Amino acid sequence: MPNTRPPVDYIERTRAQYDALGYPPYHWVENATPPPWAELTKPLSQCRVGLIGSGGIYKTGQVAFHYKDDTSARIIDTRESTATLRATHFAYDLTDARSDPNVVFPIDTLNGLAREGFIGSLAERAYAFMGGIYSSRRVRERLAPELANRVVRDGVDVVLLVPV
Amino acid sequence: MTSALSITRSANPPRAAYLDFPLGHTAGKPNQPRLNRDIVRDALNAFETLKQPGQVSMLPYQWADDDAWKDGVMRPRSPVAKHDDSRVERDATPQYQTEQDRALAEAELARGGCATCVWLDDPA
Repeated sequence: MPNTRPPVDYIERTRAQYDALGYPPYHWVENATPPPWAELTKPLSQCRVGLIGSGGIYKTGQVAFHYKDDTSARIIDTRESTATLRATHFAYDLTDARSDPNVVFPIDTLNGLAREGFIGSLAERAYAFMGGIYSSRRVRERLAPELANRVVRDGVDVVLLVPV
Repeated sequence: MTSALSITRSANPPRAAYLDFPLGHTAGKPNQPRLNRDIVRDALNAFETLKQPGQVSMLPYQWADDDAWKDGVMRPRSPVAKHDDSRVERDATPQYQTEQDRALAEAELARGGCATCVWLDDPA
């Protein structure tokens, strides 16, 4: 059977769940227009690619994320083994991410694409945070600019964002 | 990349690639490197193929032979149980995957802090 059902509408299902629990509606971020468009200036095979993921990935030895609007981030060395990566998050089933962090933080995948020349290189530093943050303001005003500044300093050409 | 199309359309990034997988698998399936390589390659291709702000590339992968998994997503059982409430009270205690992780991190902190942690001050 091919896909027979449309994409899961998480906004609608969250609304229904909150209604059932007696909560007021959740306010999703709504942007009428996308942010400014930036054209790719060279082929992917020449690009240094950055990675930012919100799946709650940390490395053993780092402080884990907490679940109360944690707007901190972790720097992950993309040259080190992903066997020491961990996952913590309250809003998705962690089973598969703990079995293979590449499902939400594709470091091995991107290193492989760099080896085969599909991308120029993977940046040495990737960034992880735990996306269960109820304050969109804190993300917009603090976390997002911090990470954007860091990837620019890292000299990346494009960044792959992997939310959960 | 995204596995939540309605949320991504609401946030409206310049470009996106949609993978119709359950949450927690934005970049593929566990321990399937060949599949994941194809998925991430196709997602990256959107950097070259999408030409209009707000476009979403629909990736041609499906999670299973049918879409039955979609039926149970965030459908509270009836009557609604506290178990279904993801908005329980939370605190700022780090949530380690393992106790060993906690010990390693606390030892690191005792030696002077987590050098690869990025702490942000809460805006006033």
